[in-house]
Amino acid sequence: MSFTEEFEGVVAIVEKDLKAYYFKPPNISWGILFPVVLALAFSLRNPDGLTELAPGLVAMAALFGTTSMEAIVITFEKRVGAFERLLLAPVSHASIMLGKILGGAVFGLVISAVMTVLTTVFLGAQMTDVLGFTAALLLTVVAHSALGALVAVSVKEVFEAQTLSNYFRFPMIFLCGVFIPLQRMPLVLRYVARLLPLTYSVDAFGAVMGGDGAGLLLDLVVLTGYCFVLVASSVRLLRRNL
Amino acid sequence: MEHSIIVEGLTKRYGDKLALDGVSFKVGRGEVFGYLGPNGAGKSTTINILSGLIEPTGGTAVIDGHDLRRERVEIKRKIGVVPEASNLYDELTVRENLGFVSKLYHVPRRLREERIARLLDSFDLDEYGGRRFGRLSKGLKRRAVLAAALVHEPDILFLDEPTSGLDVVSARTLRHMIEAFKEREITVFLTTHYIEEAGSLCDRIAILVCGKIVTIDTPHALEAAAQEMPVLDARVENGERLTEEALGGVPAQDIRVTGDRVRIYTRDIPGAIRALSRVSEEMGFSIMELNTVKPSLEDAFIRLTGLSADLMRTEKEGRR
Repeated sequence: MSFTEEFEGVVAIVEKDLKAYYFKPPNISWGILFPVVLALAFSLRNPDGLTELAPGLVAMAALFGTTSMEAIVITFEKRVGAFERLLLAPVSHASIMLGKILGGAVFGLVISAVMTVLTTVFLGAQMTDVLGFTAALLLTVVAHSALGALVAVSVKEVFEAQTLSNYFRFPMIFLCGVFIPLQRMPLVLRYVARLLPLTYSVDAFGAVMGGDGAGLLLDLVVLTGYCFVLVASSVRLLRRNL
Repeated sequence: MEHSIIVEGLTKRYGDKLALDGVSFKVGRGEVFGYLGPNGAGKSTTINILSGLIEPTGGTAVIDGHDLRRERVEIKRKIGVVPEASNLYDELTVRENLGFVSKLYHVPRRLREERIARLLDSFDLDEYGGRRFGRLSKGLKRRAVLAAALVHEPDILFLDEPTSGLDVVSARTLRHMIEAFKEREITVFLTTHYIEEAGSLCDRIAILVCGKIVTIDTPHALEAAAQEMPVLDARVENGERLTEEALGGVPAQDIRVTGDRVRIYTRDIPGAIRALSRVSEEMGFSIMELNTVKPSLEDAFIRLTGLSADLMRTEKEGRR
């Protein structure tokens, strides 16, 4: 199969998913509302450190924007037989998963972009490196969308996907420096945080939103690694579970 | 005869369970091939293997000249599949669904619009093109799924229970559409639990029981084989207690009691009538009608599988 045909397949799946599932008003509002509510809760406790919350908020919007729907969309399609339609088509399993992951990533990108504007306008966050921010955001949404896809292909029911997603999402919010900087955490938790992709996203956003850019390259390299590992794992798991 | 599908010793094992046990058959180009069997016989497993969804445990299959194990993508280009569930996307319109499928099957951009318009027209879906798939009736959904399976103009069509759960009119319309495939030289592999449907649509029928093919023949030949064994059909009144066991003394190859009807498969018609009269006097039921009937394809199915066609239908509908 030619590269062009595979690419066409990926684009068709992305377009279809965005139209059929993602860009519905409840999904958009939920993707933005949840991080905003959490931020408000933390800001009430620490009203002076609002600007510091900006990188974590953008990272959290990316995490929830990608994983909330991603895991459900795939599991739902598997449940109703619509995923079978993709498997029957002359498109490789890798392209199917890539289409699914990129669909979630585009949605996460939009949600994160809205959150970035909100944090810039209302929290006074400064963008010091637009290129670095764009690279970090792209890698963040792909890595976390792939994480959602990995969850989705490993379970059968929609509720299992939601539960399993929450097992890693909520601990990540508290472990990865979204609200509490890593330096203030116990040493053991800092080691755990270093295993989670969101840590590198928060770190990267911190480096380009008012930071001096230190450590950005390492964050981008690690996030790239997560993208490859998670995409490859989801394709492998899909093949194994067929 | 040129063959579209050649299957040799196809086997599928799920753990200890043997779902397909060395199935072999050939389907000619342009033939409508029926695949009949009770629930769990292995019909859907066969379709899932031949359409590339699952791997066989053993055996070979060649579809349109392509080896199933080595040329799966090539095979997927040549086949269209209508699964038992109407699995297009509820949130997209019929036209958007067909557009998506056409992209997925790499239909050239310049041909897409024209082809979709033609399919909507030939499946009488013109006025529903802009309607969301989720809002269509069951019959319209089946038609849309059938149209989606044809959008890349496949040479072979796999239809898994295409008329299941449809009302009489929708089912008839769909059957006419399947009949029309013959004129277009499309090979059709059809699974159905409606025996009459298989009889009227199919050129040949394979009957599958417990993962094994017990016979493959034309509907006419299957009926002819069944006709070697005449059937005595009786309608009884007050026969609530009547069971097959109670008719044990009737000389017969097989006896089926369904509601107020008794079907006796026997070569000794006079003897069976005498025995049935005797049992009716003993049990106090009346024989209201008594006919010798020409065995049908359904009778052939019953004799070959040992299953009642009604039971098979009820099981199937009950699962829905």
